[in-house]
Amino acid sequence: MFTTFFYELRRARVPVSLKEYLALLEAMKAGVADGSIEDFYHLSRAILVKDERNFDRFDVVFGQVFKGLETLGEALAEVFGTVPDEWLRKLAEKVLSEEEKAQIEALGGWDAIMRTLAQRLAEQKDRHQGGSKWIGTAGTSPFGAHGYNPEGVRIGQEGNRNRRAVKVWDRRDFRNLDDTVELGTRNIKVALRRLRRFARSGAADELDLPDTIRSTAQNAGWLDIKMRPERRNAAKVLLFLDVGGSMDDHVRIAEELFSAARSEFRHLEHFYFHNCVYETVWRDNRRRQTERTGTWEVLRTFGSDWRLVFVGDASMSPYEIVQPGGSVEHWNPEAGSVWLDRMVATWPRAVWLNPVAEPYWGYTQSVGMIRRIMEDRMYPLTLAGLDAAMRALVR
Amino acid sequence: MRFEGSRTYVATDDLRVAVNAAITLERPLLVKGEPGTGKTVLAQEIAAALGLRLITWHVKSTTKAQQGLYEYDAVSRLRDGQLGEARVHDVRNYIRPGKLWEAFAAEDRVVLLIDEIDKADIEFPNDLLLELDRMEFHVYETGEAVRAARRPVVVITSNNEKELPDAFLRRCFFHYIRFPEPETMERIVAVHFPDLKKDLLRAALTAFYEVREAPGLKKKPSTSELIDWLKLLLVEDIPADAIRERDPKRLIPPLHGALLKNEQDVHLFERLAFLQRRERG
Repeated sequence: MFTTFFYELRRARVPVSLKEYLALLEAMKAGVADGSIEDFYHLSRAILVKDERNFDRFDVVFGQVFKGLETLGEALAEVFGTVPDEWLRKLAEKVLSEEEKAQIEALGGWDAIMRTLAQRLAEQKDRHQGGSKWIGTAGTSPFGAHGYNPEGVRIGQEGNRNRRAVKVWDRRDFRNLDDTVELGTRNIKVALRRLRRFARSGAADELDLPDTIRSTAQNAGWLDIKMRPERRNAAKVLLFLDVGGSMDDHVRIAEELFSAARSEFRHLEHFYFHNCVYETVWRDNRRRQTERTGTWEVLRTFGSDWRLVFVGDASMSPYEIVQPGGSVEHWNPEAGSVWLDRMVATWPRAVWLNPVAEPYWGYTQSVGMIRRIMEDRMYPLTLAGLDAAMRALVR
Repeated sequence: MRFEGSRTYVATDDLRVAVNAAITLERPLLVKGEPGTGKTVLAQEIAAALGLRLITWHVKSTTKAQQGLYEYDAVSRLRDGQLGEARVHDVRNYIRPGKLWEAFAAEDRVVLLIDEIDKADIEFPNDLLLELDRMEFHVYETGEAVRAARRPVVVITSNNEKELPDAFLRRCFFHYIRFPEPETMERIVAVHFPDLKKDLLRAALTAFYEVREAPGLKKKPSTSELIDWLKLLLVEDIPADAIRERDPKRLIPPLHGALLKNEQDVHLFERLAFLQRRERG
């Protein structure tokens, strides 16, 4: 059947499973797309692809597998070897007028046409255009589309021809869709869930069964209902993100992490810094020059029950860490390491997530320095690293 | 049973095929797309076009999958027990059917809309796998099984706030509503405003796509915003010339509040328009 198509899709890393493939066959059998190959394209896309990011890959594969095929009949002939009679019949009944049907009878009736069609399908090797015998387009053969022969079986051809000049899948409209949606955050969120700290706070809207039983018993059997607030994730997370400079290469993964974290934690505060933390940080990158927050203020505001997460590549000149005045942006009276030490002392549960792959850490001196300050709690920004980091934060 | 679009809803070819496949094979249809491209309206239109009843389940961040099946009100049963009410003897009196139950129990086929499934907790879709696949579930309190007499047409919408699990996706058909091209947009507008003047429409659409294409907008205006804007233009009786106007003092289209929902976007668009005019001038 469509096995080639199926395996080509899998090879192109479109995640299709057997279940979906069977659903497609079922849909074909039910006659959902007996109109045209475009309908078949839309149908197979709706069934096989579950994510608009994969639409483009699907279009490419579809174009390759069904290359040069104009009609559904041809596509079917390609994959089946023969076209099932009843499909053609259904098609032809749709497009032919009563008059034309009468003329077809003149040629020997449906069976005769189908017999000849099967014969010609077997003889035909290549795609064909024009001529008067072979199946193809714009010919005078009784088979194929746009024929002049009134007995012609128009296989899945309707509307104007120009619309078909560029096929839908050849346009590849979804090429640019990839960068507009959040990517792969589900896995990150699942990893972040390790940090869930459930606590009860807020409005009492859940029945507290043990307490109700206890107080009802105390009440001599008269019901005394006790309610309690629902369990919610009470983990508090301070996120410090490195922006600009060498972090530009890692913007996407950092954004993914940020968006996953934002929906996972109710208590999440984030600040930005450049390369290393000094006396001020900021919350909004567009107003980083005007609206800065003093790091001392941050240290005072958030208690030690907050967990500290740095995201940065820790790649900079060593002076930016150890030397007063070493910052690339301004004159800093105190060295970056002083500030980092203060932060780690205030929030003992701290990790540093590094988007640079772990094997390359050794090549940059500053990575090792930061790692020492963080007491070795630096993890790569991968799912495994994130998982390990969350374990370290829970400990 | 076939869906071909309706007088009030323009369905593109791919949407039509996807909906019909979902109806014929009785699988849920997952619809994604930019906000305001008619995802929720689609379910209403399918129901109207096929003459079926629509049952809507709006999902919120606190919604649990169980709530769609049923809820057992233990507290009120306990209270009734204390007061010696007769109905306390039948547990069925305290089981409140949810939207899925309602849809399964309906005698005729219905359209079930599960709106904004991505708003719920990350495990929500996983909890509904079996229920949506087999269209049946078990009520533990009474021991009965609720099975769909006629499998409903299920439409699920998502705004992409969370990714959905693979096992869930495999059970659905999927359609992504793209932002309509200008030609489709003209048809959509014609459906909503049959006697809109040609020149006003042209001017409005040009201005609309100009706004949409401005780089760096935080929230691009979508179909529903265009329709609102046209409504306002008609009410205020703004002539086509006013929209087309290239007066440097009035940089952005009139009544732009319907299109740009965010102060930063308005500033950004003003600045862009200003630069453009200056270059041209």
